[in-house]
Amino acid sequence: MNCLEFAEKLQLTPLCEKDGNIEIEGVYIGDLLSIVMAKAKKNYAWITIQTHINIVAVAELLELACIIVVENMEVDNDTLLKARELKIPIFKTSESAYQVACRMAELGVK
Amino acid sequence: MADSLLKRYTYDVMANDFMAAGKSSSAIKSNLKSLGIDSDILRRIAIISYEAELNIVIHSFGGKLHCDIYENKIVIISEDAGPGIEDVDLAMKEGYSTASDSVRELGFGAGMGLPNIKKYSDHLEINSSSTGTKIVATINL
Repeated sequence: MNCLEFAEKLQLTPLCEKDGNIEIEGVYIGDLLSIVMAKAKKNYAWITIQTHINIVAVAELLELACIIVVENMEVDNDTLLKARELKIPIFKTSESAYQVACRMAELGVK
Repeated sequence: MADSLLKRYTYDVMANDFMAAGKSSSAIKSNLKSLGIDSDILRRIAIISYEAELNIVIHSFGGKLHCDIYENKIVIISEDAGPGIEDVDLAMKEGYSTASDSVRELGFGAGMGLPNIKKYSDHLEINSSSTGTKIVATINL
């Protein structure tokens, strides 16, 4: 299932949908960028509460499928501009990282 | 001539410029990608260059990031203008960080920078003094 299909099923708010047709191959949850760099892999969805511009750099370098910002954290405008420029999909939700992860597991992403 | 330098890319990295942080690493990655470097190697290089770049942004007075391409290896070199790493052995320990609280709130300063560089390099050299730190990370092809 791709990012956009997931976002629809999980009722995530799309903030940047460019290249949202990438298939999600895994999920990583984390807020410390160095640990995400070491652990998340290509085509993973990244669930985080971080919202500043550097999350886009991390997602681009790792070729992540998308970023899912949880707990209704406000995403910086600079982050969205960069995400649109680099075609990194970003979604937002008021749910917790755990809730989103559980829903994703139910939908078959392990 | 396996050891002759084929190409060097150099990028200036500004201290405290979190807006641009990661830009040099992205440029290195796209340059190497266009050369057809294997994706697992690219991932390791991306991690190493990102951590080296962020070290310059967070901890130094500014510096440069180089990507040297050889026939049989890629070498990522970071050079900064100080103030140096006080205790390199301590800085190599996972979780040890001297980053400020404000930087940590942004998700940096996990104390994984140098350990990640070491983990993903085939060879690593660090030389540090008050006038600057030089990190040379080699990835074999």
